[in-house]
Amino acid sequence: MGQQVLNGIFLGSIYALFAVGYTLVFGVLDILNLAHAAVFTLSAFIALALVDAGLSLWLALPAAVVAAGFIGILLERIAFRPLRGRADSNISGLISSLAMATVFEAIALQIFGPDISRFPPDTFPDRVIRIGGATASLLQVCIVGISVVLMAVLTLLLARTRLGRQIRAVAESPRAARILGVDVNRAIAVAFFISSALGGAAGVLFGLAFNSISPDVGRSVELKGLAVIILGGMGSVPGAVAAGFLLGLIEVFTVAHLGSSFRDAVSFAVLFLVLIARPRGLFGQSAAREA
Amino acid sequence: MSLARRWPLPLALLLSAAACQDKGTQSPAASGGGGAASGGAVIGAALSLTGPAASYGAQQRAGIHAAVDDVNQAGGVKLNVMIEDDASTKEQGITVFQKFINRDKVSAIIGPTLSNTASAADPLAQQAKVPVLAVSNTAATGITDIGNYIWRDSLMEAQVIPGAFKKAKEKLGFKTAGVLYGNDDVFTKAGYDVMQKALADEGVKVAGTQTFAKPDRDYNAQLTALIAAKPDVLVVSALADNAASIVSQARQRGWTGPILGGNGFNSPAFIKNAGAAAEGVMVGTSWNSLSQDPANQKFLAAMKKAGVNPDQFSAQAYTGVIILAEAIRQSGGKTGREDIEAGLGKVKDLATPLGKFSFTANRDAQHEPSVQQVKDGKFQIVQ
Repeated sequence: MGQQVLNGIFLGSIYALFAVGYTLVFGVLDILNLAHAAVFTLSAFIALALVDAGLSLWLALPAAVVAAGFIGILLERIAFRPLRGRADSNISGLISSLAMATVFEAIALQIFGPDISRFPPDTFPDRVIRIGGATASLLQVCIVGISVVLMAVLTLLLARTRLGRQIRAVAESPRAARILGVDVNRAIAVAFFISSALGGAAGVLFGLAFNSISPDVGRSVELKGLAVIILGGMGSVPGAVAAGFLLGLIEVFTVAHLGSSFRDAVSFAVLFLVLIARPRGLFGQSAAREA
Repeated sequence: MSLARRWPLPLALLLSAAACQDKGTQSPAASGGGGAASGGAVIGAALSLTGPAASYGAQQRAGIHAAVDDVNQAGGVKLNVMIEDDASTKEQGITVFQKFINRDKVSAIIGPTLSNTASAADPLAQQAKVPVLAVSNTAATGITDIGNYIWRDSLMEAQVIPGAFKKAKEKLGFKTAGVLYGNDDVFTKAGYDVMQKALADEGVKVAGTQTFAKPDRDYNAQLTALIAAKPDVLVVSALADNAASIVSQARQRGWTGPILGGNGFNSPAFIKNAGAAAEGVMVGTSWNSLSQDPANQKFLAAMKKAGVNPDQFSAQAYTGVIILAEAIRQSGGKTGREDIEAGLGKVKDLATPLGKFSFTANRDAQHEPSVQQVKDGKFQIVQ
């Protein structure tokens, strides 16, 4: 029981970290960035390539995260900015991000091949920590720690800094933000940088945790990430965090007690039920705010 | 407003994305001197070069290339094998089979890698009366029972696992087992069915059973539940990529007991990826790497020359080509579809890397299996 709770928190921390970036861009632009999972994949590969090149993981991880951030800026420039201001930019942005996802996946396929790649065995010290009656590897503890710290930093950044205020202002109304002197394009680019960096961090941590990276690795979190941000309330960062851990725990207990075939069924049934009770998700804001 | 004007960027991106993706298939493998294809028999090989079974596909391709070179050098029969990627999926497998049958007009087909794909693609060949020789399908049903044009040189799990478990029990003396299997794949599910029966026959009690799906990467929930039931041994039916992750995560979860695997473990990729966690894992196998038979030594030499680590899959693929060459020889050098079909029926006690090879009355493989265990990072035959 205790062990399964740990397993769930561990899995949930990766879902949550992936989803906060996902939901951040949605909150700012009202657009689903379907390339988020591809950035997750690319970042895992970048970290792997750096580790293979002899870099220590503690350098490779931040480097891959920053690289993912820049991929996010690139993504925004290519797939979103040219479409901005058009009447149908929500849908066309969705489609062009899907295309970028395919391009990124194809790049990963060309460079790293279709096989599953793995970090060298001694990348991370293999130590087991006992917590009550349960065990966790040092790696798992670090992953949960890194996820929580990153999510806390993001929350502080959005709530307390000038940059965070600008991003929130753009989320509220790009036009009003522009009138108030906010550089909207810059704020959006920064939001993409942060979003993709967090998605990239999730990718590296996922790759380390399950030590199995392939060009389609993003698919294992893509749909779950979408479920997490809908469950948490589209655009809500605390909602994504809570929903991430919730779905992680649900998934683990479903697999252990009902069997793996029910893994997604139960997750999505919970999503369905929550949406019936709270159409805007757990932490969703009321519609009145947009008026 | 025209579509192109409204959607220029998304469309352009989608198109370029499609262009990027269209590189999955391989050009025909121009084995044995390319241009001389005119006289030889054209064989199509549908192998999983991408997807979850890619690690087998790569081995099979190496085995096929080596065998074609050996056959063409020996003279008499001339083969021209074209290799296409079935992407480890039923859909792509069907597409590749249609291409082989209708466009390339091949005389026979080798593959596809997975039983799952074979169950969907083989009926096309049966209908078109094109002989298919499966070189890695091990599911008990849904392969050769599709029809009289479907043959295989790979032993079924049902032929390998009971012997392997019996030997493992003699060595390890376990009484209870925790079972983990992939329930979304014909092969791993079939492996589970056989394992369950083999465990029952050996009087081993099943302490717990858990499942997973091919795309899964996290097995902690299942392993935690299984280990909590305190079995003497873990029994796993999985493909190599899943197998490596499962074994690693089991060791991380503190499992130090023995692990018995199905045929999916029979790959150097498994040991490479699982690393130290693979030590002690026991698997039944249809290829005895230590066999001193001249046919096996010739195979080992060919693989060494190609710089490929030989395994059961490359041995079976190599054997597949040797069998087709023998079938053509048996039909007097004729390379039509019916000639090869008739020739396959006459293959008997053929010397191959797998040992003396014959087909059963149901066109399944018949030869002696072995048991191997991972020791010092290598599969070693358990005598």
